[in-house]
Parts: sequence; structure tokens; C-alpha cells
Amino acid sequence: MFYSPFIRKPISVSQIMLRVMLALIPAIGAYLYYFGPIILVSLTLASITAVATEAAMLKLRNRPVAPFLQDNSALLTAWLIALSIPALAPWWLVVVGTAFAIVIAKQLYGGLGNNPFNPAMIAYAVLIISFPTHMTHWLTPAMLIHADLGFAGQLAYMFGNVLPQNMTLDAFTMATPLDTLKTQLHLGTAISSIFGQPIFGGLAGQGSEMVAVGFLVGGVYLWATRIITWHLPVAYLGSLFVIAGIFHLIDPAHYAPPLFHLFSGAAMLGAFFILTDPVTSPTTHKGKLIFAAGAALLTYLIRVFGGFPDGMAFATLLMNICVPLIDLYTQPKVFGKKEQAR
Amino acid sequence: MTQLYHFHGGVHPPTHKALSVRSPIATPPLPSKLVIPFHQHVGSMAKPLVQAGDYVFKGQLIGMPEDGLSSAIHASTSGTIAEIGMQVVAHASGLPDLCATLIPDGKEAWVVREQRNPITLPIDEIRHILRLAGIVGLGGAVFPSDAKLRGGKHHVRTIVLNGAECEPYITCDDMLMRQRARDIVRGGDIIRRVLGADEVLIGIEDNKPQAIAMMQEACVDRSSMRVIAVPTLYPGGGAKQLIRVLTGIEVAAGVRSTDKGVQCFNVATAYSIYRAVAFSEPLLSRIVTVTGNVHKPQNFEVLIGTPVDELVAWAGGKPDTTHHIMGGPMMGVPLPNDQVSVVKACNCIIAASDALFPPAPPAMPCIRCTRCAEVCPQELQPQDLYWFAKSKNFGKAQEFHLFDCIECGACSYVCPSHIPLVQYYRFAKSEIWARDNDKKAADQARERHEFREYRIEREKQEKADKLAAKEKAALAAKPAASDDAQQKIQAALAVAKQQAVTPKNVSDLTPQQQAEIADIEARRANNQARAQSDAGT
Ligand code: SF4
Ligand code: SF4
Repeated sequence: MFYSPFIRKPISVSQIMLRVMLALIPAIGAYLYYFGPIILVSLTLASITAVATEAAMLKLRNRPVAPFLQDNSALLTAWLIALSIPALAPWWLVVVGTAFAIVIAKQLYGGLGNNPFNPAMIAYAVLIISFPTHMTHWLTPAMLIHADLGFAGQLAYMFGNVLPQNMTLDAFTMATPLDTLKTQLHLGTAISSIFGQPIFGGLAGQGSEMVAVGFLVGGVYLWATRIITWHLPVAYLGSLFVIAGIFHLIDPAHYAPPLFHLFSGAAMLGAFFILTDPVTSPTTHKGKLIFAAGAALLTYLIRVFGGFPDGMAFATLLMNICVPLIDLYTQPKVFGKKEQAR
Repeated sequence: MTQLYHFHGGVHPPTHKALSVRSPIATPPLPSKLVIPFHQHVGSMAKPLVQAGDYVFKGQLIGMPEDGLSSAIHASTSGTIAEIGMQVVAHASGLPDLCATLIPDGKEAWVVREQRNPITLPIDEIRHILRLAGIVGLGGAVFPSDAKLRGGKHHVRTIVLNGAECEPYITCDDMLMRQRARDIVRGGDIIRRVLGADEVLIGIEDNKPQAIAMMQEACVDRSSMRVIAVPTLYPGGGAKQLIRVLTGIEVAAGVRSTDKGVQCFNVATAYSIYRAVAFSEPLLSRIVTVTGNVHKPQNFEVLIGTPVDELVAWAGGKPDTTHHIMGGPMMGVPLPNDQVSVVKACNCIIAASDALFPPAPPAMPCIRCTRCAEVCPQELQPQDLYWFAKSKNFGKAQEFHLFDCIECGACSYVCPSHIPLVQYYRFAKSEIWARDNDKKAADQARERHEFREYRIEREKQEKADKLAAKEKAALAAKPAASDDAQQKIQAALAVAKQQAVTPKNVSDLTPQQQAEIADIEARRANNQARAQSDAGT
């Protein structure tokens, strides 16, 4: 027997995930433009790994494989991982990260909807702790490159770990702008002269800032199509802007301007695609604001005072822990019971 | 322009209303039989007044309202009572209930009716008339109208007439307002007079321009009555939501709206109130939308008790119909079969087919996307309620306001994981009711046990006291009596000793005690049965 309601809005988890993946396209496009096609290889590798491990785990856990594979959540996780780690790295880096995310961070916690931590950020955290050197070699954007490895050469490095004789990894990779900023500041260089270096662009890093713009464009699409609400991204980016702004105002020689923070590292990706993972973020509006503001504060502290090049992943994971508590203390008043409770 | 308020959430399901408003309300021929349940309202069942074989006139009282909350039941046409017995009725429970089966004689021979003037009739008499006319809320709640016409602690300032009709497919109120606006307005006058209210606000969703125009025209000469177009937004026709939109007042769950100075009636109820008061026409028929998988979707004036299959046949039911839904697609209940009869609660019959209502895809886990919370008109957190209901954490579910849920289905409608959320809430509610009943029963048992213990103790105490008194007397008789304190200690010791040896469970009860216990037992069973049937309504 059926029960009411007998009609449903034509929307499904799989469509939602697909839309989010669609929203990643502008950023992927920018990536392609500035850093070449190798990102497609890592996206593919991550996707294959995610689907394979998800299927294997569903089988092991005795869950129906087909409907859960069709929900596209594993694919989305895969894409997010590929986009948050260096594209040019030994093939196993993205495979290990993705497998860990799906097997440990997602399926062992009970699969879709039950994981307390964002799987993509778990992958990032595990990789940066286990393989820190591989995680710091980011591709140099096309306009700054001195020695072009070529796509074939990149593949050879990725899968065979071989480089042309006269080349080192440093010829076509570099530290991220965030990383560069941090090390240069340690050396006592002032912000103004650091930002004069060629790797810095108008907002943040050459090339990477445009990828961040791509995430922003995709994020606005998600908001416009009501896949996400404004709360998380606005609270995150707003808080990050304010915190960075305060430090920058106090000491502009040592603290980068707020827009730099917004457009470097994983801030844009995180604001629109990581924090907004519904499973691992609070459900109440107030809770979302608190969660995102907390994540922004942690991101900034880790970036500026911590030991890691970017703080997004750890900030997200730390805030993930707080979600049940945040939800509990931000329960909104229900219909008709607003005055009484006051 | 009146200021309208806003309620949280809401959804815009496709309305499918145009189907059934193309032709006016039709009166179908008399059905072959009428199956009239005695319990079509909130409250206790009406007491049957007729027996198999009795001839009844149209409008004759066949079910007498019990004391307290109850309502009357009438013969919808003239004919012979063929049977009084249990039959499956149109109700979510799908359980059988006591019904009268009436075979029409085709004469439509009425009982004697009188015309009355609603303006001069004493208010108490109006309530009495409505109770005996079987008038109940026709929006689906079937709450006896006479009970709703009793004021609360506060003065009822505003009457809301609900013509919003937000559920998809249903157009019975729309057509009623288009065709019988004047009588609805007159019903509104009666309600206003009985409750002594200042104003009547008629809320109609703005997708019914014709109904709005007709109603506006009908109350143009009444300064205290206004037609207000409200935005089309499901469940804007829920009483709580409509009251909120029109007045800004939020009536919380468990609060009577009269205590907030407002009372809400469906437009069809207002119409029936007028007919009952002015023409002594009891509630014998109602407008029913027959739509869905039928050739000619339409509204019918249907006699209460008409079998659903005959009704659907008049609208041209299609052969691939799988089942029928009573009510709309958001909150309706699937009928146990198509032989059940139209009851007072039945505003719409939708013939369902797999093409119209494809079965839900398999439910996926909740991804906490909060789409449900975004649309919940009661501002609940459906995803949390779901979680608690699923894990049978009913205490938590109540803490998170489970009983504020109006079961509107908006959350299920938008859930991308296709979780039958409302079904979980219904389950949780019924479990909690069942447990409450068990708890009540346990409490009663405990009380009974404690009372018995207490009485046994008391008897022992009395004996001990007597004994102590005797001993005291004996002691007092002795010249060499020990001092007073000593005596007291002695007496207390004696009592304590007595008590210590008293077995806790006395098995040899007097016949009188046993009878008392049996009596309590019977009363308890009775209470339990009643509580259960209440929970089922
Ligand atoms: S709409 Fe469904 S999936 Fe989303 S939070 Fe509500 S119950 Fe969970
Ligand atoms: S069914 Fe209950 S929980 Fe769901 S939207 Fe309606 S009131 Fe809210």
C-alpha cells in the first residue's frame, strides 16, 4: 500500500550530486587553461578509484550496489579530491587518497549520509601528513613555465616516475602562493616585495586565482539553482575576509590582504563545495553560520600561524566534529512556540 | 489592501485543478445502496436508533450523538434499512466500523422540515440544531461544529472561513464558492453571531479568481466580512497556516485557536451550517471532487454513504485504475477498497493509476540536505524527527516537537532521497500513543496495587492499634506501671513487629475485595479500549 504524499518533486540525490559536479566545470576549465590537461588524468583516476572502491565496499557491506553507485556521491568526492591535491603527482597519490576517503571516511562510517567527516578533506589530510613532499609540488601555471614537460612527459612522470634527463621537478612545479608567502615571511621579506614576485597575480596566485574564480562561478550557480543556500559560503568567505582584514589593517607588512586569502588555496573550493557538503555540516541556519565562521577562523589561524600550507582541510575536519553540538544548540523555535520560549 | 502574513516553507506541487472545474456541480442518480457509518466525526460514535427492516425518511436521525463530543448521523435518502453491521469504512485505519446499509426507495421522501430565521434564533438553540444535524468540519477534520462554536477563554475576535483549498486536484470548495457563495456567506453570519466575533475573513488562494469574485460579490454588503486572496502555496489551506497568513496569529500545537481569539471553519462547513439552521437540512450530502484516472473529472453533490465505485463510475472511471485515494495527493489516504462509502470527511476521490502516481523510487539514506526543513510549515527539523523515529528514540522525537507536525507531507514531497518521512512520523506518533496507553494501564495497575496494600496496611494498623490500646489499658490497670515513655516504646515495638510479619502479598482476599478488583480491572480495560479508538481517529 502507498502512503501520502503520493507525489514527489522530481529531484534525486543523484541529480543533486550531478549538478554539483556540473558546477565544478568552470574551475576545471580554468585549470585546463592555466595548467594543462593533466588534471583530466587525475580526475579520471580518482573517479575510477572511487567507483571501484565504493562498489567493492557496498558488496562487502551487503548493500545494493546499483542504486548507491548511481547516487554519484562517490564521483563527486573523487572530483573534489582531484581538485584539492596537486594534479601532477605519482598516480598512486590520488588513488590512495580517494580509496581512503571512500573506504575509511565514508563506507566504514556507514556510507552515504552517515559519515561525520568530509571524505575529500580526510583524503587531503591523510595525504599531506603521509606524503608531504608530493603534496607541495604544484604545477606552475603556463605563463610562468620555463621548461615544458609536455603532456606525454607528464604522463611518463605520473605513471613511470621518470623525468627527462636534464629536468628536475622544480622546473615545472612550485610551491603554492600560500606556501611561498609563509616561507618568505619567515625569511623576513615584507609582503609588498613578496607580492612583486611573478607567481602572484592580481588577487592571489597566477592561474590558481582564476581557478578560484571558477569555483566562485560554480558556487553562484549552485546558489542560484538552490542546490545550496547562501549561509555557508557567505559566512565562511565573509568571516575569512573580516579576520584577514583585521590582521592586515593592523600590520599590512606581515599579513596578506583579505582578498588574497579568499582567492588562494582551497578557500573558494571549500566555501562552495566542501563546507556545503550537507552530510557533514549543520542543518540549522544559525548552525551553518557558526560552523562556517569557525571554519574560517581555523583556516586563517592554520594558514598564518600553523605548520601546514593551507588550513581549509583541517579547519573543515575540526568543525565537522562540532556539528552535532552546533545542531543541538541552534534548534530554531517551532511554529507558534516563539513567544513562549522567549 | 490587507496586510498578509507569511508562513515558513511550503511547496508548489502541480495543482491539476483545471480538470475538474470545467462543468458545474452535478447531482448523480441515487446509488443502489447507501452504507452510512455511525462514526464519521471526531468524538464518540453516534448511537444507532434504527434496526434492520426499519423504513426511514430522508433526513431522519438514525444515529444519536452521545454525550460530550459527538455528532448525529442521518438517513441520506428515504428507504429501508437493510442491515446494521460492521463494514470496512473510508478511513486511514482500513478497519471495519458500525454502519447502516440503506436501500433507497427512490422517493426521496423527506422528514418534516421547518424554515427558521438564523438572525433571531437563540444561540444555544443553534448549537443544538447543528449537533442534531450532524454538522462537522468538512475540510477533512470532521470536528463537530457545535463544539467549535463554543467560545474559549477569550473573546473570539476573528472568524476565518477557509476557502484556500491548497491540495492539488481538489476543487469542491472552489465550485461550491462559485455556485453557492451566498449561502456560505450566510453561514459565516451565523458563525459570527454565535461566537460574537468582530470580523469574518474569507481566505481563498489566488488561483481561484472566479470563486474570489463570487464570494466578494456575495459579501459586498457586509462590512464585517472580507474576502482575501492568499498566495497559492501548499499547505496554505491548513487551518494553522491560513490563520497565520490572514491574522499573523500562530496557533501552536495543543493550543485551542479560540484561546488566541480566532476560529477557523471550512467554507463548505459554513454552507452546511446555514442549510441546517435555516432549512433544517441535516448533513446528508457533500460536494466531492472525482478526478484523476477518470474520463470526466467533475464535482458531484454526493449523498453520504454512496459507494465509491458507483461514484467513480459516474465520472467515467478508467479500467487501469489501481486504487482510489480519499483526499488530495499530499495528505489523502488510500482507500482499502472501492466498495467503501463516501463519508463526511471525503472531499475528493482520486482514481489512481501507476501513470498518475508512479511508485516512489527506493528510499536512499538521508543526506541532511535540509530541503525538508526549508519547506516545513511548522518550522520543524524533519530530518532530525526522521532520525529519531527511525531509531525509535521517541522521547527525543517528542522533544523535537513531533506532535507539532501536521503531516502535510511537504517534507516528503521535496526529499531527494525519497524517504517516506510522514510515514515515519505517523509511526512514531502511534507508537507513542500506544506506549502512553500502556503506561496509563500500568499506572492504573500500580495505583490499584498500592491502594490494596494501603488498605491491608490500614487494617493491620487498626488491629495493632486496638491491640496496643488493650495492652495499654491492661498496663494502666496494673498498679506498678512503668513510665509513659516505656509504654510508648512498647506499643511502637508491638506495631513494628506486627507490620514486620505482615506478608506483602496477601493471597486470601475477601470476596468483596476480589469484586472490587475485578471492577477496577474492567474499568481499566474499558478505558484502554476507548483510548485506543481515540488514537485511531
Ligand atoms: S530532505 Fe530528505 S535527505 Fe534531505 S535532510 Fe530531509 S530527510 Fe534528509
Ligand atoms: S509533514 Fe510534518 S514535518 Fe513534514 S513538512 Fe509537514 S509539518 Fe513539517
